[in-house]
Amino acid sequence: MSGSEFIRELPQVPTTVKLSTELKTGSWRSYRPVIDHNRCVKCLICWVYCPELSIRWDGSSVSIDYDFCKGCGICAHECPVKAVTMVPEGGGYEGGR
Amino acid sequence: MRVVGEVRALNGDEAVAYAVRQCNVDVISAYPITPQTIIVERLSEYVANGEIHTEYVNVESEHSALSTCIGAAAAGARAFTATSSQGLALMWELLYVASGLRLPIVMAVVNRALSAPINIHCDHSDSIGTRDSGWIQFYVENSQEAYDTVIQAFKIAEHPDVQLPVMINLDGFYLSHTLENVRVLPDDVVSGFVGFRKPVKVWVPYLGREVPAVLDGYTPISLGIIALSDYYYEFKMMVIKAMEKAREVIKEVNKEFSELSGRAYGDGFLTHYGVDDAEAVLIVMGSAAGTVRYVARELRRKGLRVGVIRLRTFRPFPYEELTKLLKDVKAVGVMDRATSPGAYGAPLFNEVRTALYDCECRPVIVNYVYGIGGRDLSPHTVKELYSDLLEIAKGKKPSSIVRYVGVRS
Repeated sequence: MSGSEFIRELPQVPTTVKLSTELKTGSWRSYRPVIDHNRCVKCLICWVYCPELSIRWDGSSVSIDYDFCKGCGICAHECPVKAVTMVPEGGGYEGGR
Repeated sequence: MRVVGEVRALNGDEAVAYAVRQCNVDVISAYPITPQTIIVERLSEYVANGEIHTEYVNVESEHSALSTCIGAAAAGARAFTATSSQGLALMWELLYVASGLRLPIVMAVVNRALSAPINIHCDHSDSIGTRDSGWIQFYVENSQEAYDTVIQAFKIAEHPDVQLPVMINLDGFYLSHTLENVRVLPDDVVSGFVGFRKPVKVWVPYLGREVPAVLDGYTPISLGIIALSDYYYEFKMMVIKAMEKAREVIKEVNKEFSELSGRAYGDGFLTHYGVDDAEAVLIVMGSAAGTVRYVARELRRKGLRVGVIRLRTFRPFPYEELTKLLKDVKAVGVMDRATSPGAYGAPLFNEVRTALYDCECRPVIVNYVYGIGGRDLSPHTVKELYSDLLEIAKGKKPSSIVRYVGVRS
């Protein structure tokens, strides 16, 4: 690990050096939720349940932030119209979308 | 400025609560456990009466009690809680979180034996068990000292060079439930002495500036982050260094407080009696020191050269001060109110013996384990210990290095 070479360069209280938004945890995912927009009724129940704040709503449609979605499948489980399907991630992770 | 203050009849728990009441504490988390309960009871009364504007949180366990303090302190608050025995045991993992996150929490621990068998009376096994957790540990001798030490504790914990949690240990029932005359300072004087908490600052790269190391939405930082083999060791090292720096701060605050109140506790680490010309010295922590000093005084009146050292801090351990004091003493008895099954002697004995290993005139050091589970320590027993030590000082080989005093054979 690169970084500080001396203790005195470290913060007195162990704290973050970057914002958690810079840590793209989506790479942990083995299943990817995919939304069928023909079925989606925009109820936003998935938005309520998503533990990673990875469901986005732009005012007209629902999308998923694959940078942070860990593929837990809660959205697919909770969706009342079965509009979310969990698809196995094939090959290497390429940053989503 | 010297302030005399008024005298109140308080037991040890009440003395702690009275001090906390005066210390501008923002958050108190409370969970009852004998013999600590009076502390949080009194504090709840102060809050209910509107005497203090403290957030008083009733929690569902001691694990939550310390978690609440950690959360509050991480948000920049001055936090206090109190516990005993099993409660402290349940706090275990949080003890390390508090010190590792450098949160200056103050906690009163009213010492009580650990189960099983279940027991509510005093020994030090609860707090001694947490000695390696990175908490500063005081062991007080009486209610007056409990009151004074709580006030000092906030100042020590929150010192920019220290930033470590402080544990004030007082003997269950001997102190917690016994009325004493306690001289208390006026509210404004204590408030002025401890002031308000000023969190230390950290440099945050993504903000490009130094911000207080507290959870604040306007200057977002994370506390409780991961540090693996790459940085964990360094953060542990900083706790070790902070504990070393605490030595200077404890000394300073003890001096400052004595200028204010007229009460000093030696140099802050230990008090002693008769050690200068003593052949035999007993080392003790907590309320039993009164009994030992009483016996030492009687024996010295008869011309016997005995002394007593009462340790006030166990962490940081005052090894230099001890070495200096004991350099001409021939026999030292270390009185432990805790056991360590399988170890060669009890914890305090091990510390003292280690400290004196490099002493040029290495005295004979023996261990007297006493008072386990609240077993009474009588002056008569202390007298026996002194005569045992005096014989050792004259050259007699000790019958055993580790002795369990007052237990059925």
